[in-house]
Parts: sequence; C-alpha cells; structure tokens
Amino acid sequence: MASVLVAGLLRATPAQVAVLHKQAPEFVRNDLSGKKVDLNAYRGKVVLLNFWATWCGPCQVELPHFAAWQKQYGPAGLQVIAVSMDDESTSVRPVVRKLKLDFPVVMGDEKLGILYGGVLGLPVTFLIGRDGKVNERIEGGADLKALESKIKQLLAQR
Amino acid sequence: MRLGCNARVIPFAALALMMILFTAPQCRAQFSGGEVSSASAFSIPQAQLIQPDSLNRLLQAGGANVPLMFQVGSHLMFTQAHIPGSIYAGAGAQPSGLQLLASKVASTPKNKLIVIYCGCCPWGHCPNVGPAYKKLRDLGFTNVKALYLANNFGDDWVTKGYKVERGQ
Repeated sequence: MASVLVAGLLRATPAQVAVLHKQAPEFVRNDLSGKKVDLNAYRGKVVLLNFWATWCGPCQVELPHFAAWQKQYGPAGLQVIAVSMDDESTSVRPVVRKLKLDFPVVMGDEKLGILYGGVLGLPVTFLIGRDGKVNERIEGGADLKALESKIKQLLAQR
Repeated sequence: MRLGCNARVIPFAALALMMILFTAPQCRAQFSGGEVSSASAFSIPQAQLIQPDSLNRLLQAGGANVPLMFQVGSHLMFTQAHIPGSIYAGAGAQPSGLQLLASKVASTPKNKLIVIYCGCCPWGHCPNVGPAYKKLRDLGFTNVKALYLANNFGDDWVTKGYKVERGQ
C-alpha cells in the first residue's frame, strides 16, 4: 500500500511535496448550492480533498466510491470535499447530480491549485488528518483499497 | 523433424513483440485493429507525437524551429503552469474550444510546425488532444504534432525541470 501511495509523491514537483505533512492550506469557498465551505471548520475530522473535473475519466471512477465512503465513514469522522477544476460550473452540476455526490463540491481556481502545490493533472487527492495536516497526496486514479485502508487508519487516530 | 534454434525462438520473439505492441499506449492507435475514436488521443498517429525532451530541445535551440504551441485543455491548468510562449486555445473536447483553436490559427501558414498539448490526465484519458489534432488536420495543417504527456503536464513536463510560466 505504501508504495502505491508514495508513487504519486515520487512524481511530484517540489511545490507539491512542500504541501505534505504541513497544515493543509486554508481555503473558504461556496459550494455549488451556495453554502460556505471552510476547511478550518472540519478540523478534528479526516478530510478527503479531491481535485477533479467532469472531463476527467479516472475522476468519474473514483467519485462514486468517495460518495459511498462519505456515507459509510462520515459518522466516524470522514468528510469528503471535492474541488472541481472545470472552467465553468454549468457542466459540473449535472455530473454531481448524476453521480449523487452527497458532499460539498466547490469550484477550484488558479489560486487554490497553486496553494496545493499546483494541480497539473487530475485527479489529485489529499488526505488530511484530524490534526489538519496533509497526510497523503495521491496523484492519478487512486488505489481505492489502499486509500480506504489509509482512511480507516487516520480515522482510528484520536 | 528437429527444429532449429531459430525456429523455436522466433515464435516466442514474435509473441513478445506482439505483446509489446499491444500494451504500449502510444502504439494502440495503430495496432489495435479496432476503430479508434477521433476523440481519443490514441487516434493521433505515433509519427505525429513529439516527446517532451524533443520539444524542450527545440525550444532551447530557439530560432525559426520554435513551433507555434497551443494548450488545448483546461484554462485553469493553463493559468497555473504552461509552456512559455504557448497560447491557450480552448478545450479540444468542446465545440467552443475547437472554434477558438480555429480562430487562433486562421492566419498561420498551413505548413507551419504546430505543437498542441494538454496533459490534463493520462494520455489515454485525455479528451482534448485527439479532437484538436483532427481539427487542425481538417483545416489543412500539414505539420501538426501532439506533445506526448504520458501521465500529465505536471509529471511529464514540470517535474522534469522544463520551463513553465503562469498566467493567462
């Protein structure tokens, strides 16, 4: 599992590596329904922060799993937040409905991408621990088994 | 009849060669035998791909060999990092993107070397380069290359230390 999770790190730029094991860059955005999403408000939870786009094939494979995990592990403290890197929200809403994504989906921008070391390929997933630190950066389609296992591990940490 | 050494080796070598051809992503378009959608990056002939190190060398050499470059993917990714001198030309997967691309090349000589790139996601999943390549070919451009970014722009260009710039 470790090798799979580290694989993304080996390909990362220095700016992307710099984000790891530090406090997750703070952001506040409105989700697609206009509700405020403040990353700080989720401190104490394990946050799965996923950058995706409607035109990204591997993203569409992962997202339903993340939705299922939100249901399954939400009560234990998991919060999924998705950041769409689409240029416009009009194409995002139908996909969110179709995939039944029952977690906050916000629109990304250049600033947010750079804040997280540069989102220069999709998908990219960050796992943020209860302490607010970035625990993992997974680039490309994640090994879902390994990722779920890591989530459980982080949820077990109090 | 006893088979000679070559007779025993050749079938295995042929099998190995076939396996390589069928599994190498950049070769699938030509050897899959099935229809490859023009929307797929695999629809671009292998001879029309340019590797990142080759493009980088061209850019470093400068002069008349520097191609006209278009990023045909996400604008959000373009603003974070793009190849210096490249122009944003709209997402190739969208009709509006192809229209923008056509307008950007309207006054370009048909034999000019044009390099298009995206790097939004792994090559086989990129929805943009295939249609953009086809559009330019349909418009009559004869010297179009697609930058082969196996994983994405970050992995295959930025992490290699090739120059990038930010902004519009």
